[in-house]
Amino acid sequence: MRTLYILWIRQIKKYFRSRWRIVGAIGQPVLYLLALGYGLGAVFAKAGNGNYLQFLVPGIIVQTILFASIFWGINIIFDRQFGFLKETMVAPAKRLTVFFGSILGGATTTFMQGLLVLILASFLGFRPYSIPMIFVAIVMMALLAIAITSLGAALGSIIDDMPGFQAVNNFIIFPLYFLSSALYPINTAPRALQIIAELNPLSYAVDAMRTTLINQSHFGLPIDFTVLGVTIVVLISVGVYCYNKIEA
Amino acid sequence: MQFGGQVTSRLKPMSEPIIFIQDLVKKYGDFTAVDHISLEVAPGEIFAFLGPNGAGKSTTIKMLTTLLHPTSGVIKLAGFDVVTEQNETRKSFGVVFQDPSLDNDLTAYENMELHAVLYDVSSHDLAKRIKELLTLLELWDRKDSLVRTYSGGMRRRLEIARGLLHQPKVLFLDEPTLGLDTQTRNLLWTYVQKLRKDTGMTIFMTTHYIEEAEMVADRIAFIDHGIIAVIGTTAELCKQTQTKTLEEAYLKVTGTSIRDESVSASQNWKMMRAGRNGR
Repeated sequence: MRTLYILWIRQIKKYFRSRWRIVGAIGQPVLYLLALGYGLGAVFAKAGNGNYLQFLVPGIIVQTILFASIFWGINIIFDRQFGFLKETMVAPAKRLTVFFGSILGGATTTFMQGLLVLILASFLGFRPYSIPMIFVAIVMMALLAIAITSLGAALGSIIDDMPGFQAVNNFIIFPLYFLSSALYPINTAPRALQIIAELNPLSYAVDAMRTTLINQSHFGLPIDFTVLGVTIVVLISVGVYCYNKIEA
Repeated sequence: MQFGGQVTSRLKPMSEPIIFIQDLVKKYGDFTAVDHISLEVAPGEIFAFLGPNGAGKSTTIKMLTTLLHPTSGVIKLAGFDVVTEQNETRKSFGVVFQDPSLDNDLTAYENMELHAVLYDVSSHDLAKRIKELLTLLELWDRKDSLVRTYSGGMRRRLEIARGLLHQPKVLFLDEPTLGLDTQTRNLLWTYVQKLRKDTGMTIFMTTHYIEEAEMVADRIAFIDHGIIAVIGTTAELCKQTQTKTLEEAYLKVTGTSIRDESVSASQNWKMMRAGRNGR
């Protein structure tokens, strides 16, 4: 427990010591909210879909957590390049504990970023439909953060150079993001896109967020949570597997 | 060199050796990095591995510190089998790697604290021990500075302090003075000798500075091409090689040709493997 805690707090401390990381992490979602929310809002409303900002915010929260969590994997590369990983590898602490302490720390920081976007969005005029349901959304966000941070850790374990990590990241993030229901409603999309979005686990995270925040559901919460539950188990397993394979 | 005579008799491994290596082999594909090494180190001894780049020093240290699995052979550390009793082994040694292994975004104190928890040092002793060690290595005043603001010498001292935190029986120092100035090097070796004197800790070091090995080590092994060429005190090595100084002995054993400067055996092999897979 002590080991888990110290590795968790290590991530939190490192995060708050890097001011530019925070600026970058918040800048991007705010840009998306302003540019898309206000830029496309009129078109969206004209098409009879209602308030685009309301529709967009759950997607942007998911985006924030997705981008930040995958990107967190670069910390594994840093630990390897700057040698800290060796310190944990020769220690009698279990590697599994080191893994979970670290990813939970990472997930906490990315979850907080998502939470901050939710708060910022309410200043821009976003209104959740029910207060108790916000808490369900928050649980959702935490689970998503843990799952994607594991994926990031897996990537950081496999890929050992930073430019390569960035390249692969973009290659994974953007299709996941654009081919989900984050930016547009699935039901009005062309059939091919619909199928892809339905196969994309991220759509279920977006859908769960939309259901809990603005009461707009495509798949329904039980399906959302089932898909997400399976995804989390798979991604954590992949993360553990890849992290265990790192050699000194 | 003068102290050779009196030290020899005391340090010939007579009781249970604290480090026991038998027929140790590490192969990377077709390449043999460590080739049937056997040696014993007695408790309280300062033992030095001396050899050119790529001789197999770091590979051996990695196997001794549980980071690499041997291809074959036996290693026992403080009575524990390094392969089958990994956790007990890990508790019984401290290590300062050739490359830094600190977290630069944490303070010195936080690095120490993290280490203490990873090694399950009781919360009760933790603060006291950290203060003791940071004071000993003259870092206490800077304990709350981020490690990224530390000089190379300070970092190395911090790594040593950290390596001692869990009171290991054996301390591994893999080229601990690489890249440090003369003052810091002298200081560091003074600490190491004091440490042995005060605590009776066994120290296993690698270096390619002959004069350092001669100055601090009780026994020295020359390693080259993964084989221990000769082993003994300075006097014994000179006698065996029929030379006058340790440097002459070293050059006689390892030759005068220049070795590949930057690439270690394991890195070399990784690159070869990557190259093969690329095609």
